[in-house]
This record gives sequence, structure tokens and C-alpha cells, in this order.
Amino acid sequence: MQPMQTQPFDFWTFVFGRLTWDAIPLHVPILVGTFAGVAVVGLAVIALITRYGLWGYLWRDWFTSVDHKKVGIMYVVLGVVMLLRGFADALMMRAQQVMSFGPAHGYLPPEHYDQIFTAHGVIMIFFVAMPLVIGLMNFVVPMQIGARDVAFPFLNNFSFWMTAAGAALVMASLFIGDFARTGWLAYPPLSGIAYSPDVGVDYWIWSLQISGVGTLLSGVNLVATIVKMRAPGMSLMKMPVFSWTALCTNVLIVASFPILTAVLALLALDRYVGTHFFTNDLGGNPMMYVNLIWMWGHPEVYILILPCFGIFSEIVPTFSRKRLFGYTSMVYATVVITVLSYLVWLHHFFTMGAGASVNSFFGVTTMVISIPTGAKVFNWLFTMYRGRVRFETPMLWTVGFMVTFVIGGMTGVMLAVPGVDFVFHNSLFLVAHFHNVIIGGVVFGAFAGINYWFPKAFGFRLDPTWGKASFWLWLVGFWVAFTPLYVLGLMGVTRRLSHFEDSSLRIWFVIAALGAVMILGGIGCFLVQLAVSIRNRDQLRDLTGDPWDARTLEWSTASPPPDYNFAFTPVAHAPDAWWDMKARGYRRPVDGFRPIHMPKNTAAGVILAGLSAAAGFGLIWHMWWLAGLGIVAVIAVAIGHSFNRSRDHHIPVEAVVRTEAARTEHLRIVA
Amino acid sequence: MTDATHLRLAAEGAGPQFYMTEEHHPENGTLLGFWIYLMSDCLIFAVLFATYGVLGRNYAGGPTGAQIFALPTVAVNTTLLLLSSITYGMAMVACQEGRAKATLGCLAITGLFGCGFLGLELSEFRHLIADGAGPQRSAFLSSFFTLVGTHGLHVTFGVVWLVTLMVQVSQRGLTETNRRRLMCLSLFWHFLDVIWIGVFSFVYLLGVM
Repeated sequence: MQPMQTQPFDFWTFVFGRLTWDAIPLHVPILVGTFAGVAVVGLAVIALITRYGLWGYLWRDWFTSVDHKKVGIMYVVLGVVMLLRGFADALMMRAQQVMSFGPAHGYLPPEHYDQIFTAHGVIMIFFVAMPLVIGLMNFVVPMQIGARDVAFPFLNNFSFWMTAAGAALVMASLFIGDFARTGWLAYPPLSGIAYSPDVGVDYWIWSLQISGVGTLLSGVNLVATIVKMRAPGMSLMKMPVFSWTALCTNVLIVASFPILTAVLALLALDRYVGTHFFTNDLGGNPMMYVNLIWMWGHPEVYILILPCFGIFSEIVPTFSRKRLFGYTSMVYATVVITVLSYLVWLHHFFTMGAGASVNSFFGVTTMVISIPTGAKVFNWLFTMYRGRVRFETPMLWTVGFMVTFVIGGMTGVMLAVPGVDFVFHNSLFLVAHFHNVIIGGVVFGAFAGINYWFPKAFGFRLDPTWGKASFWLWLVGFWVAFTPLYVLGLMGVTRRLSHFEDSSLRIWFVIAALGAVMILGGIGCFLVQLAVSIRNRDQLRDLTGDPWDARTLEWSTASPPPDYNFAFTPVAHAPDAWWDMKARGYRRPVDGFRPIHMPKNTAAGVILAGLSAAAGFGLIWHMWWLAGLGIVAVIAVAIGHSFNRSRDHHIPVEAVVRTEAARTEHLRIVA
Repeated sequence: MTDATHLRLAAEGAGPQFYMTEEHHPENGTLLGFWIYLMSDCLIFAVLFATYGVLGRNYAGGPTGAQIFALPTVAVNTTLLLLSSITYGMAMVACQEGRAKATLGCLAITGLFGCGFLGLELSEFRHLIADGAGPQRSAFLSSFFTLVGTHGLHVTFGVVWLVTLMVQVSQRGLTETNRRRLMCLSLFWHFLDVIWIGVFSFVYLLGVM
């Protein structure tokens, strides 16, 4: 099938496939500038790490770590770094749409603009939102259920590095070749080889395929952890709501990511082998792709939002000093959302023409799913009612979420009406809606969670002043940025346009751009908040391990927690196990310690993910030797790792005694 | 905690117990985790079956299933795979009785059956492609090759894994780790058998009708 095979053998084509100097965008000043910026920052970071001799520390204590807390933190760091890239894309789009009216065509040619909106969607969903929620689940859930680690610590590290490898491939597409110009879900036939012959869609396929393996394994891991490793006494109905939402989320991951894997593989076959799954000719059916990708895609949005519902369900009771209202209904609402999320996928394309009966079914299921979600909102409100609400930073994000998300939910119910959707389909109204729920829900949730659990992770609080500034800029910026898009959508403006003729629309894009600048301020304040907090860490220090007077088990241990989380496995008697312990006069054990059995760090995850990325790069550029070698090496290393018997060690009792004595001393100082 | 336990603890003057003083051993999650992984793999096959269900009659003027499927070959193939499941079962019985040699022997036979299955499948593919009925010919053939090929790829991985485990069993004997791994591969191998039953009935038997 490859024309290459009919041509005489060319050494350089063999080595580099279709990668030539033309793929390096030296003729695009924006990319050269970006590359220079990234290179300078990257070199500065590398120089600083080298200067302070931190490579060994990073490698031993972080990159190869199988500690769920460190893996969780690395996920969050990846999410925050990729947020900067994804948001830069957003600013570029806003700027282009302000400039490109009538005779002016802005600063981005259409083929570049199309890559930017595609990369923005892909990065924000797969490499920002996913790492943030998976990172928070990874960090919190084992401690919240009273466990010392996850069920498969090595897989956890491997999962993270696969996600990072996918992100690295997306970033590579910025400077080597192009990214897809297809929109974030790459619908065929546009994404087929006939209409997208270059490497863009291949970058998309392999970065998602590689990171998808990581996500799937991390789902398997957390389900097994929650099912098998809960502390004694913690029956399912005594499990904190965040762990419940994590369980449902990970069930959704294992039951939906395989669909993405399969559909990406089919699209890859169409592109690489010349099959006819989604082509227009020889019996292919592009709508098959659209159905399949949304059978994954809709559960995916609940994968993102359910953990955030869990975060809010932890924050609201803590900062209201009250038990969560309606624990049981919260659990059932989560489970109902989990099930219903599989029955709504067709609402993403009512315009397919499936007919009135099918569209009605999916319209009704979509509206039904708002009922358990509404129940949750009422539960949070009733928890706050007559509580002693403290408006600390995490609580601000939570209240901002409740207002924003409810409005986003209502526009969602509008879109759920098939007749209405025919008008709104692919309009900016839709764009405003899903940003309304994803920013209002997932981003606010992630920031709430980061502000809430940061003191647990590092032993000092985040600066509240900069945190509040970040919150207000995000909240106001969000509304300024997306209300105009609702208005434009109602006027019938479609999404993904890089140029407009009607200059009367322009004012709305100007307002939206102002909103985006405010959000930029919010992100900036968050970064400043981190820097200021690290500088003032001694004033912000928390020695108790429980700075918010919280309710669940992760707050019962030191901050930052010891490697083993708990010297003695806790026993739970209530969903708010730690609150229950505090209320009933729990005394922390100070002697009788034992050596603790823990998994050992390993480099296998980094190596396997690196080889996967190399194989992916080979597949993208048709460097078949690299692809083949990479895949064979992945299998060989995996087999080799199965021969590694030195997987665990005991933390000696002296070390446990030392760690716990330090905590005793801290608690004494505080008292 | 029930009232009865409360009362008992109060009577003992112990107060509620908030932590375990003895070593806590959570259950090993490997088999559960592997089972969950298998179910997610099953979903990949579900997608491929669904794709075949939708596209499987789109011949695009090319050959139909009735014209190209050689049922006798497929019957032999099916027999090989089913027999391999039986011999794997025998390997597990031997493993439980602690007979390492017998386990290895049964595993070797299983692997040979697996290789036989793969050989026949590859020759079927080769003939089809030589006759112009390759995966590029029509959506029917695309979905056929992908479904059957994905199963074959799984069997290939199963064989590689089986050889790896044979090496590990011969090195270390039937240790707890090796037994657990044999159990996982056992789940995997039987799972592939179940998938093949689906392929055989849904693709081949219905295809020639």
C-alpha cells in the first residue's frame, strides 16, 4: 500500500520516514518564537536542577516512585503545566477572532488556527482535566480509605508516565510537523487519509492511544484499591463520598476507555492499512465512528465531573462544620449518574437523523440525568444551611462552582431538547455550554481540591489572599468570556471559524477576549500563590496534619504523610471516620510500632513509557524501524520486569519510631 | 459499629477501637484487577463485534462470507483452541497438586495448540489476501480481518506470556507468585476461547448462511 515500497530503496527515507526538514516550522514566526520561549524556559529549568544537583533526588524520590502520593502530585503538576499550554491556545483563538473581521484576516492562517482549536480541546480534556482529577484521586483515595498504597503501585507509576508520554507527543507536534486540524474528536471522513494525509491526525491517534493505556490501567488500579483495601470497618456505605465518586469514576474509565482504544485503532487501520471502516467508499460508515467515539466521550465527561462532585462533597461539610446532608442520596445519585452516562451519547449528534423515536429517547435520558445532579446540589446547599460556613479558598471555589455549574446545567437541558438542538448544533451556544460545565465544574473542582489538599501534601497552606484573587478573576473572567458566546450562539454563529464577515458581531468577541485576559490573570495569581506560599511556608506551616478541622481519614495522619501513611491501620466506624475519632476521644498510639512492608521504587515505568513514546513517534513519521523496535522493546522490558523479584522492602521499625516521634513532637508544640 | 459491640467494648473498659494493633493484610487484588482488565478487553471485542454487526454486510461488490469462508478449516481451528483450553485446565489441576513438571508439560501442549491455531489462521488470511479478498476490499472484509486478527493478536500475546511463565516456573517452581500468574493467564486463555466461540458462531456460521 505504501508507495515507498515500489520506489528504489532510499536510506534516508528508511531512517527518517516522512520526516524532513520541511516538517520543522522555521517559516512560521509564531512557532519559532514559541520554540525559543519553551527552549529558554526548559534550559533554565534544566540548568537550575543541575545547579542544585537535584537530578538524583528527582529520579529516586519522584520519577521512579511508586508512592501513590508522589504519583498523584506528579499528575497534578503535569495537569498544571499543560494548562498553561492549553490556555495559550485559548488566548490565541480569542485574539484571532477579535482581529479577523471583514477585510482583515487576523494573524493566524486557517490551517494554523484549526490546529490550535484541535490542540486546545485535546490538551484541556486529556492532559489537563484528566491528570488533575486522576492526580487528586491518586493522592487522596488510598489515605481516605485508610490504606498504605494502591493495589498495584508499579502500574500506578507506569500509568502516569504513559500519560506524560502522550502529552510529550502532543507537545512535539508543535515543533515537528503539524497537529490535527480536525477538531478534538477527529471525525472522519475529514480525519481519514484522503482528507488529512499528513501527520496531524497520527499525532492525535498515538498520543491518545498511549495516554489511554495509562488511564485505563489507573482505572483498574483504583477500582481494585477501593474494593479490596478499605480499612477494617469501612463498609461501602461508610466510605467518604469522594472515594465513592472515585470508585464510580474508575468504573466508568474501565468501562469506556476500551471503546476509545478500539475506535482509535480502527481509525488508525483506515489510515495506515487502507481499510474501510469510516471511509465514504467501499461500504465504510463515518457515523459508526461518531457513535462509537461518543459512547466513550459521554462517560468521559462524567469521568471528569464525578470526582469534582466528590471534592465538593468533602469541602462543604468541612467548611460548614456539619455532617454531609443526605449521604445515602449522594451515593445513589453518583451511581445513577454512572449508569445513565452510558445512555445519553446520541445527544451529541441529534442532527445525525436517527429519527424522532431515537432522538426522543436520548433527549429524555439526558434530561433525566440532571435529576441526580440536582439532588447533589440540594444536598450541598442543605449541608451549608445553618452551618458555620467558613469562606476559605476551597469553599469559595465550591460556592462559585454551585452557581456557575447550575447555570451550565440549565443550558445543557436546553440542548437536550432535540428540536432545539437542531438550531444550536455546532454553534457557539454549545461551546459556551460545555465550557460552562467543564470550567465551572472540573476546573473549579480541581482548584478547590488543590487548595484543600495542598497542606496535606506539603505541610503548609496555600496563601489565601492570592488564592482568593485567583478565584475571583477566574469566576468573573469565566462569565465575561463565555456569556458573549451564549449570545453569539443564539444569533446562530457556528464554532471553529477563523474569520467573520459581519463586523456587528465583533463587540462580543472583544468582550470574550477581555474575559480570557481576566482568566489569564486568574492563572497568573495561582502561580504567584504557589510561589508566595513556598516562600512564606514557615508562616503557613501546619503541624497538626488537620488544618481545616476536617472529617475524613487522610487528615488523621501527618502532613506531609509518611511513606506508609498510617503506622497502624485505622478502623472506621462512620463515613466521617476522623471526625468520629476526634469526637470520641481518639488517642494517637505512640508505641508498639512494627516494621512496615512497602513496595520498592522502579525505573520500569519511565523506561516503558519512553519506549512507547518512541514507538509512537516512529508510527507517526513512518519510521518503521523505530516503531517496530519500540514495540519489541516494550514487550521485552515488560517481560524482563516480570523477572524482577526485588519489588518490596520493609521500612525498619527504627525509622517508623523516628517518624512517629517527630509527629508526637509536632503535636506537642501545637498543643 | 453496632450497639452490641459498643456495649461489649464499654464493658471491657476499652472504648472504641480506632486502629489495628496487629499487622493488617488487605486482600491481594491481583485477580480482581486482572478480571477487571479482562472485562475492559471484552469491551474492545464488543466494539469490534458491533462494528462487524453494522458493516459486516457491506460487501461493496466484493466477496461475501459464504464465498470465502472455509468452514472445515475453521472447524479444525476451533477444535485446536478448545483443546488448548482443556490442556490449560489440566495444567492448572497439576499446578494445584504441586506437580511442576506436569504443569510445564500441559502448558507446552497448550502453547503448541495455540501455535497451530495461529498457523491455520495466518494461512487463511494469506489465501484470502492472495485471492483479492484483503482487508482493503470492503468494509465487510475490514471488519472481518480486524475482529479475527485482534483475537489472533491476543492469542499471540498469550503464547508469548505462556512461554515467559514456563521459564519462570522452571526457574522458581510453583511459588505463590507463579501460581497467581498462571491463574491470570488461565483467565486470559479461557477468555480468548469464549471470544472465539462468539467469532465462530457470529462471523463464520452466520456468515455462510
